[in-house]
Amino acid sequence: MMHKRKPRSSRLAAILAVLTLGYSLISPVTWAGEAEDKGLEIAARSDRSDTGFGDSEVTAVMTLTNAAGATSTREMYFKTLERASEQVGDKSLTVFVTPRDVQGTALLSHAKILEPDDQWLFLPALKRVKRISSANKSGPFVGSEFAFEDFTSTELNKYSYKFIGEEEFDGMKVDVVERFPLYENSGYTRQVAYIDQEVYQTRKIDFYDRKDTLLKTLTLSDYREYDGVWRAHTLTMQNHQTNKSTTLSYGDYTFKTGLSDNDFDKGVLKTIR
Amino acid sequence: MALALRNSLPCLVTALASLASAPETAHAGEWEVSGSAGLEMRTFLERGAYPRQLDTFQPSLQLEGDIRWTDAENRWDFVFVPYARLDAKDGDRTHVDAREAYVRWNGDGWTVRAGLAKVYWGVAESRHLVDIINQFDTVEDIDNEDKLGQPMVEISTLQDLGQLTAYVMPAFRKRTFPGEEGRFRTPLLVDNDLARFDGGRDDNADVDFALRYSHYFGDWDVGLSFFHGTDRDPRLILDPARGLFAPYYDDMTQVGVDIQYTHEAWLWKFEGIVKDTPFETFAAAVGGFEYSFYGITESGADLGVLMEYQYDGRSDDPAIAPITTADNDLFGGLRLALNDAEDTSILGGVIVDLNDGSMSGLVEASRRFGDYWVVELESRFFANVDNTNILYGLRKDSQVTLRLTRYF
Repeated sequence: MMHKRKPRSSRLAAILAVLTLGYSLISPVTWAGEAEDKGLEIAARSDRSDTGFGDSEVTAVMTLTNAAGATSTREMYFKTLERASEQVGDKSLTVFVTPRDVQGTALLSHAKILEPDDQWLFLPALKRVKRISSANKSGPFVGSEFAFEDFTSTELNKYSYKFIGEEEFDGMKVDVVERFPLYENSGYTRQVAYIDQEVYQTRKIDFYDRKDTLLKTLTLSDYREYDGVWRAHTLTMQNHQTNKSTTLSYGDYTFKTGLSDNDFDKGVLKTIR
Repeated sequence: MALALRNSLPCLVTALASLASAPETAHAGEWEVSGSAGLEMRTFLERGAYPRQLDTFQPSLQLEGDIRWTDAENRWDFVFVPYARLDAKDGDRTHVDAREAYVRWNGDGWTVRAGLAKVYWGVAESRHLVDIINQFDTVEDIDNEDKLGQPMVEISTLQDLGQLTAYVMPAFRKRTFPGEEGRFRTPLLVDNDLARFDGGRDDNADVDFALRYSHYFGDWDVGLSFFHGTDRDPRLILDPARGLFAPYYDDMTQVGVDIQYTHEAWLWKFEGIVKDTPFETFAAAVGGFEYSFYGITESGADLGVLMEYQYDGRSDDPAIAPITTADNDLFGGLRLALNDAEDTSILGGVIVDLNDGSMSGLVEASRRFGDYWVVELESRFFANVDNTNILYGLRKDSQVTLRLTRYF
């Protein structure tokens, strides 16, 4: 028995050695858990780079481009209230200015970590505030290539992470980190984020659909620093399957404008328009 | 009238366009002007049930402005929303209104607003039961979603325990009714000049009061409301000498509750009221669900399924209580949202009277073209209407409306 097993197990050991060696050429980490720890560490460092921003207000123009190249635009503004604990999400308010027929329509979101977010919609024609389901994570946001979850699921603890390696991107050294949604109803199996090593900002994210096929790529550019807080001012989402794209161009951010929880209560929606 | 309308349309549109020459994002300390102009064609599928009612086509024009100003500190808002409907066939549908015309002061956790305003309460889709502040502009549509601006002083406070709002309403607005040539009307015309109020007065001098509490607890959104004043919904009293209906607006007290439970793709909704009038005290309720199937197509369309049951315990004697269709009825509907760049959506629904099988239905579809144009198609139809149901008067009023609106 011993004689028969020995050559088999040494063959197995040789195969394992080759596999491990091969893998280590791609990735500097070799044992289970380390890639996850390092992935989380990089993501956390990036997420925490803007800790203490307090609150922010910004206007944005969203440009939708279809496969034929025709464009349509919508203007909106965002208000965000940071919540210090990583165990609760931020509060955000999105208000549409154009197209004119939806002017004043607003979406209020209280992000959670793994539970569904609380969301209310304000319909200005009726003056109606309606609590809506947040189960629609993967649906398109106002007909754009952004899904709801692309806006609302930016919290650190909504994902598990895995470090993939280092790369060059746009002249920067970036860490490549895979992240896997932990919340329900995501349209993605995984995302691959490219985070620079200098100021720890996300430069690019590849989104893989439920069949694990590359669906979209988000490019974040035109980063500007506000008192130590970095914000990208041009976000372009390219859909590889439909050839449609959406660009979100932000104006100048203002921080610490004195917003409080009261400004993110469903009761204030009625005062928007 | 039709010719006059056609000739004046370009002038009106030009005037509105020049008024709204440079609409921009609301900037504190600046005026913001926007608006819309809509051309509407209602097409009735049958001759009217009553003599002199308009035949097939009812063209009309709809104009709305929106003028607002906010001071640099975001403490003061001024809002003016004028509205006009010019109807080529029904003179009584032609009317102007200030939907909103108010000044608001925004303090820390407090707002005070005075003027004409629109308020929405409730959660249900098929019947707006607790929603009592504004008079309905029923010549616009019979779905109780078009409202006349209500004169009020509103004081609202937002605290950790929720939002509490008090309303004092010093003036009453009568419901609008179609004229002789209009559709969606009673067999005899309603004459608002004959309106009567409690105490035998022909003018309403009462001041109405209301209180509203609104908050959410996890997945539960809860509203409680109290109203004391003049019913927006009149009893219609036959005036045999004139051959007309005189609207009688009773004093009443109403308490209401509205609850929505939101879980996953389910919205469970309930609205209930208890109403005390000089003649009776009764309860009414509407409740049901909305369930959404998300991402039913590759492009991310949603399909919503709606169902609601309507109950109303009021007397069916029109001398005691305003008549209602929603006494024991079931509503079922589907809402398809394509979630495309044009915001294309279609809503279809049917309400069936469980007592006599009378049915009324509606289809509403809309789509934006370019940045400024919206095309809407609406249809309302009546089928199998029992001759004892109040819908019987509307049985010939099945129609299709096409509306083209330009936003500025």
